[in-house]
Amino acid sequence: MNIVVCVKQVPETTAPKEFGPDNRINRAAHEAVVNPFDEYAIEAGLQLKEKHGGEVTILTMGPSGAQDTMRKALAMGADRGLLVSDPALEGSDTWTTAYVLAQALRREEYDLILTGMESTDARTGLVPAALAEQLGLPSLTYASSVEVEDGNVSVRRQVTGGYEEVRGPTPALVSVVKGVNEPRYPSLKGIMAAKRKEITVLDLAQLEIQPDEVGAAGAKTKVLDVTPRPEKQAGQVISPDSPEEAARIIADFLQVNKFI
Amino acid sequence: MDFDLTDEQVMIRDLARDFARNEIAPRAEYYDHHAEFPYDVIAKLAELGFMGLPVPEAYGGAGADTLTYAVAVEEISRGDASVGITMAAHTSLGIMPFLMFGSEDQKQEYVPPLAAGQALWSFGLTEPQAGSDAGATRTRADLHSGFWVINGVKSFITNSGTRISGGVTITAVTGGSVGDREISNIIVPAGTPGYTVSREYDKMGWRASDTHELAFADARVPEINLLGERGAGFHQFLRVLDGGRISVAALSVGLAQACYDASARYAEERVQFGRPIAQFETVRNKLVDMATNIELARLMTYRAAWLKDRGRDFRMSAAMAKLFAGEVATRAANDAVQIHGGYGVMEEFPVARYWRDCKIGEIGEGTNEVQRMVIGRLLGL
Repeated sequence: MNIVVCVKQVPETTAPKEFGPDNRINRAAHEAVVNPFDEYAIEAGLQLKEKHGGEVTILTMGPSGAQDTMRKALAMGADRGLLVSDPALEGSDTWTTAYVLAQALRREEYDLILTGMESTDARTGLVPAALAEQLGLPSLTYASSVEVEDGNVSVRRQVTGGYEEVRGPTPALVSVVKGVNEPRYPSLKGIMAAKRKEITVLDLAQLEIQPDEVGAAGAKTKVLDVTPRPEKQAGQVISPDSPEEAARIIADFLQVNKFI
Repeated sequence: MDFDLTDEQVMIRDLARDFARNEIAPRAEYYDHHAEFPYDVIAKLAELGFMGLPVPEAYGGAGADTLTYAVAVEEISRGDASVGITMAAHTSLGIMPFLMFGSEDQKQEYVPPLAAGQALWSFGLTEPQAGSDAGATRTRADLHSGFWVINGVKSFITNSGTRISGGVTITAVTGGSVGDREISNIIVPAGTPGYTVSREYDKMGWRASDTHELAFADARVPEINLLGERGAGFHQFLRVLDGGRISVAALSVGLAQACYDASARYAEERVQFGRPIAQFETVRNKLVDMATNIELARLMTYRAAWLKDRGRDFRMSAAMAKLFAGEVATRAANDAVQIHGGYGVMEEFPVARYWRDCKIGEIGEGTNEVQRMVIGRLLGL
């Protein structure tokens, strides 16, 4: 079974986000890491490979430096990498990103596409579904478990208050949530082996994409403004005269705010 | 000059760092408090390949160079020095003598399970009356009809008494006369009749690392358990210690870095007189000096490793790095406790443990005084 895991390179997640004049995240400001949500997708891919055999390919769209973070996925045990990199891709939005990934995937043979549920930088969570749509594949998003059997993929989809069981025929796209598994550490042998694994770099011409279809030119959305989260306001301090009054104030508060 | 680590070294450093932060540091307080050997942590380290980092792949190791190994020991020790010394002593003192002096048969037999971390190996040099002064070694190994018959006592032997301890390589007097003793290294597997792992030490620091006294009463091992040449033991253990100093230096750098990490965090959070104490010059200068000295100690350690990797004479660099890094860690731990004030004395803050852990870096594998003797000799003084 051949699996492609879509992996994004993101700025280090604990660092505060900085934005450029075009309202886009300044990616040079911080160390780049594998999108933590994608680590679950990589682990899910590796577990399926261990069970069913086949190959795990890492697909990334990003600058050429993204090869460094792709190496981590290869060190974890993925077999090869595909990096789509082209200056014209700068400023791509979720739709154009999905389009580019879809063009790259059309050249591949696969049974399953795995992605994280979202990236920690933009957090839209739109790319997995958009990618499935562009490829005309079943889209099984927000999976908290993934099983493949007899040409079908079954997932538990996390929903409010529980989960749904969803099944679709392969090839299919599955996005996984945090907690679907515990991503492994790359082993030292894996790290040593990773440098011998191949990362193929593709540009737009090889994917038959016109430069104006992607990047800022092809984007269907544009970030108009970025506003920092408002500072937390100081809470209200109440000094009741008696325990009874305190209880009444708390009960009123809970009722007014519909907690009870 | 190139101060950059390779991509691969960066990945291994990041792996060691993540592992130390997520898997080692959260358990360190428990194992220290109970003076319990962290079997689960060591098993995970072994699984990732850390217990045989600089061992060639042909013998089951990861085939990393000394610099990578030093970087890994530093990061692991940043999580817990007890785990750092377990890994460092096993690798530098346990495995390396086999690789440096062993016959091909001995390497094939002993090294692969050790590199895989399935078993630990120890190096037995110190005795109640002899340590760096190995000429005073009293443990004897006498050859009788194809067997070495060993009698004596070894002190402070790291990794010798765990459930997974595979054995010990000891220095023993195999002949000669007083003043001109013949010292050889003998391989003694665990379970050898007459070889007893006796009392466990109750240590002030590195409490989760395993340290025992070993007793030999007519312990018999086959003649082929001689490591390298007969009579070469003195020269051999000096070479073992030269390499070991790099890993102890790295351990001290990691521990000093942990002191800085905790102190910088605390000084930013702790507010007195209306501002974080990090904004008081007297506290900030402590942090600045700590960071500066750590940087120096790290560069010295990496350079010693770099020299070793290039097959150059690294003895003086290793002794200097070990001496300096040990002193830096002790100063860093002292200032870390000071910055934490009363909380620094409390065992629920890690700096109390760092303060107890750092001191052995100035003692183990040659005291500061012995390092200065070594350096003085190499300087031709």
